[in-house]
Amino acid sequence: MRHRLQFAGKKLLRMLLLLLGVSLAAFLLMAASPMDPLQTNVGQAALGSMSQEQIAQLEDYWGVNTPLPERYLGWLSAALRGDLGTSLLYRQPVLQIVAERLGNSLGLLLSAWVLSGALGLTLGVLAGAFRDRWPDRLIRGWCLLLSSTPAFWLALLLLMVFSVWLGWFPIGLSVPIGAAAEQVSFLERLRHAFLPALTLSVTGVSGIALHTREKMADVMESDYVLFARARGESLGGIVLRHGLRNVALPAITLQFASVSEIIGGSVLVEQVFSYPGLGQAAVNAGLGGDLPLLLGITVITAAVVFGGSLAADLLYGAVDPEIRRGAAKG
Amino acid sequence: MNPVLQVEHLSISFTQYDRGTRRRRLPVIRDLSFSVQPGQVVAVVGASGSGKSLLAHGILGILPYNSAMEGTILYQGEPLTRKRLETLRGREIALIPQGVTYLDPRMEVGAQLRKGRSDLSAREKSRNVLARYGLGPEVERLYPFELSGGMARRVLIATAVMEQPGLILADEPTPGLDARAAGRILGHIRERAEEGTGVLFITHDLELALTIAHRVLVLYAGETIEEADASDFAAGRLRHPYTRALWNALPCNGFQPIPGSQPGPGEIADGCQFAPRCARCRAVCRREASVPYVPFRNGMVRCRFPEGGERV
Repeated sequence: MRHRLQFAGKKLLRMLLLLLGVSLAAFLLMAASPMDPLQTNVGQAALGSMSQEQIAQLEDYWGVNTPLPERYLGWLSAALRGDLGTSLLYRQPVLQIVAERLGNSLGLLLSAWVLSGALGLTLGVLAGAFRDRWPDRLIRGWCLLLSSTPAFWLALLLLMVFSVWLGWFPIGLSVPIGAAAEQVSFLERLRHAFLPALTLSVTGVSGIALHTREKMADVMESDYVLFARARGESLGGIVLRHGLRNVALPAITLQFASVSEIIGGSVLVEQVFSYPGLGQAAVNAGLGGDLPLLLGITVITAAVVFGGSLAADLLYGAVDPEIRRGAAKG
Repeated sequence: MNPVLQVEHLSISFTQYDRGTRRRRLPVIRDLSFSVQPGQVVAVVGASGSGKSLLAHGILGILPYNSAMEGTILYQGEPLTRKRLETLRGREIALIPQGVTYLDPRMEVGAQLRKGRSDLSAREKSRNVLARYGLGPEVERLYPFELSGGMARRVLIATAVMEQPGLILADEPTPGLDARAAGRILGHIRERAEEGTGVLFITHDLELALTIAHRVLVLYAGETIEEADASDFAAGRLRHPYTRALWNALPCNGFQPIPGSQPGPGEIADGCQFAPRCARCRAVCRREASVPYVPFRNGMVRCRFPEGGERV
């Protein structure tokens, strides 16, 4: 028990340090950006017609004149008290925006995460079990092709084929244009989310499949698989009984490590599909100099990614008998 | 009575890539012939790394993909085809492997013994088999990393006798055990033979082989150079100078080694493979292409000038 508490405490401390580092890095990048928030958000023409006082007021609003350390420390002390501030662009509390946008993206992210994991595991196990034979060559070729394809390019391609040429799916947004939110059916939302989710899943598959293939190939060359064959177990039985059991741990690692890739990928994909999710909000905040929103999104997604790897660590204990029995004894 | 296992002119070779793209074939076992009778323990003795394990894998048809096998193997008098092997593996022909790495590290012992079956009769059988080797029912719930060396060895033997095999291939079943524990394990294997199972016992340890074997086959550089009765050793009725050297190198016989080492699979020269280390070697031994393997004094020998007089 004491061991577990220590483990949890260490993880928590590490997470706080990570979040601090991530927020500082995001802030410094933003501060180094050559973009002028007034020029971007108000526009050259509008600025020209304004009086000096008005401009000074706007500069105050966007925090242009505040020294950098003061800006960061101000944000940090508020954030530590649980207040992530108000978005400068949307004029709403950051938490509210993040919650709303995350709600939009969640279906996208979750389905892409589950689909790419399940598909990647299946393909990887198959390729590893049939190493160097035609199923392996086929799967490997497909994965290498996919992993050398940028996500946004694939998104554009799918958009062109399925939305523009075939007209099966809408070309963007998460709901039909001009419809009231409460009148949009679930099916409509699904139709809008389909292509972005597909893009994200497909690009996530290759990494998981290729890594799983390596692990599976190792398992197939192990002494215990040789012995299982010597005992007359069939290839199918070996893959299901010994293969899956022994690739489970690396598969968990891969699956939870892919959380970060999916969130990262969603930024580009949502941009291509004009999908009003968290990724799009991050792009807007970055381009518009909306410091509180950008820092809020960065910190919260970093926490989600960290939560993913923490979940993987905890699952190890449940899956690996050596850790489980070791913990029971200690 | 038919022998359980009859191996004739068996050769196993590997294809290797040598410096880039040149392929070459490495013969590991060459022209091996022997048979195992029901209830008989036949020991195959050879130095470590001489490809003895491959013999067991070859009989079971589970050699790696880059290897090739020639020759005939008969089980109960009938050829051991790929199709027939699929029904015999693990049921009629059982392997006792070298160590705990042959058990799935993430599966409980009981589940491994039962190969995925979980019905009552299978459960009863696995409990009985463990009990036979002095292991309690609690061992079923253990993972391989929780077994001691001796326990793991007994579990591996238990896997072989879950069915009633006619032939057991025991591949170095005792390394890493002290003499007493090894003796117990060999006792279990001998016990199976007394019940009528044929046993092929593969080892590098001549002393150990002699404790349970009826017949002993000595391998040198991938060839059998002698087949002898186990009693021939103590009686001094040996045939090949290498067998004699092995026997003399045992601690109980004065620990006298001979200089030199065996040629590896890629270093096979013409003539007698043992010639460079042999005290009885003559010019003809190096000259002639290969030495025939012939019956001699109730055994077999691959030597032109074997011990015990002129060859007949």
